[in-house]
Amino acid sequence: MTKFLGYRRSSGRFGVRNHVLVFPTVICAAGVAEIIAREVPGTVYVGHQHGCGHLGAEREHMIRVMVGTCSNPNVAGVLLVGLGCEMLTADLLGEKLRDVGQRVETITTQAMRGTAEAIARGIELARDLLEEAGAAQREPVAVSELMVAAKCGASDTLSGLTANPATGVACDILIGEGGSAVFTETPEMLGAEHVLAERAADEEVRRRIWEITSRTDEKIKAMGLDIREAEPGPGNIEAGLTTLAEKSLGAIRKGGTTPIVEVVDYAQKPSRKGLVIMDGPAHDVVSVTGMVAAGAHLVVFTTGLGTPVGSPVAPVIKVSSNSGLYQRWEGNIDLNAGAILDGEETLNSMGRRIFEEVLRVASGKTTKAEMLGHREFAIHTIAPTV
Amino acid sequence: MTQPLILVDQRDNVATALRPLALGQSIQLEVGGKSEIVRAQQAIPFGHKIALTRLEKGDAVFKYGEVIGFATEDIERGEHVHIHNVKGLESRGCPE
Repeated sequence: MTKFLGYRRSSGRFGVRNHVLVFPTVICAAGVAEIIAREVPGTVYVGHQHGCGHLGAEREHMIRVMVGTCSNPNVAGVLLVGLGCEMLTADLLGEKLRDVGQRVETITTQAMRGTAEAIARGIELARDLLEEAGAAQREPVAVSELMVAAKCGASDTLSGLTANPATGVACDILIGEGGSAVFTETPEMLGAEHVLAERAADEEVRRRIWEITSRTDEKIKAMGLDIREAEPGPGNIEAGLTTLAEKSLGAIRKGGTTPIVEVVDYAQKPSRKGLVIMDGPAHDVVSVTGMVAAGAHLVVFTTGLGTPVGSPVAPVIKVSSNSGLYQRWEGNIDLNAGAILDGEETLNSMGRRIFEEVLRVASGKTTKAEMLGHREFAIHTIAPTV
Repeated sequence: MTQPLILVDQRDNVATALRPLALGQSIQLEVGGKSEIVRAQQAIPFGHKIALTRLEKGDAVFKYGEVIGFATEDIERGEHVHIHNVKGLESRGCPE
């Protein structure tokens, strides 16, 4: 059985990183949180602009994203920094995180004598969390525990011919060994819905695939717009992508060829192992946030034009679709699937290399995005903010 | 060594250029086990598509073995296939 070296968590899951997050529960506490993280090297600040003014279902949606992010198995401990009067308080999120077995400390800035005291107290708590996390050691873990997110962004026409299908081969290998893969970007399933629906493991999954794709299309039409005017984007068109269907057919190849076992909502944890589709936007940072909040340990991110984005919680492995990009962007790209076109690799050998890189990164190898300090984070919104 | 064109699926009627093709350039390509010669009727930029067969207005354009759009005008074999002569699909909608 293939193994990687991971950190055992009290929840019974395993992490591939050992982060201590400093997480504001609301943007009003973001400044305090950012200063605390700066003063305690080794912690990771996760900034966002939400936590208050959420209407209707967006409140639960935000809780799911924030709790999911902070309880990703790559996170050893969390310092929640709240303001006090916000909708999603540190007490509220702290309780939910303790319920799922996550190590958490909280600060409420309004309960302190201003931000100076909040920062001083936060620094103490963050240091304690960091010290506790430092005691964790890696141990061999079956690869079936891994969940990989597959993502494509800043795509060119070669993405669908090299990097995406090679990533798909890696997903097939992982799933063949009992692990899981997830991909999202519902707008980039339009034109390829029938191909995905045919691969549904059961009737319910098939129904859900049609539901999420038609709903995405209808939502945009209800605004009097047509997604086909925005997709493919100008950069995609210049690179040779002609229609949304062409982009979609190339995009879905990153998930591989195994049956689709489940369709989950944005940031929702899958209940089944295997290949999972998440309903969500194609926006690169927003979709990575959703998959990581759903528990993805790491991200395989393909690109043809080059994008630097990473994640504060999950290592991101960048795979270029062509050798020209790799040569220009070697500092950002971990693997070059352009080698397939150069005759140096086949799709299968490239897929195997991606899978092996996943194991190395899961066991602690630093990715280029991590080395460069890329920690982009953005949350999908579903209602107007009041 | 890069081959100049890639055909993803044998059902496809377009291939993707893996390097820029010059006007009049002839490229050898394996289609259905047979070696065929396609002559570029226009310059084809890197990553763009070339027609492998003559397409009439309204014909489906196949890539990945699937329909990616429809020809908005007649397209000759060897011509550049892109947004100027192809239109995307309308929403597909659930079959039921």
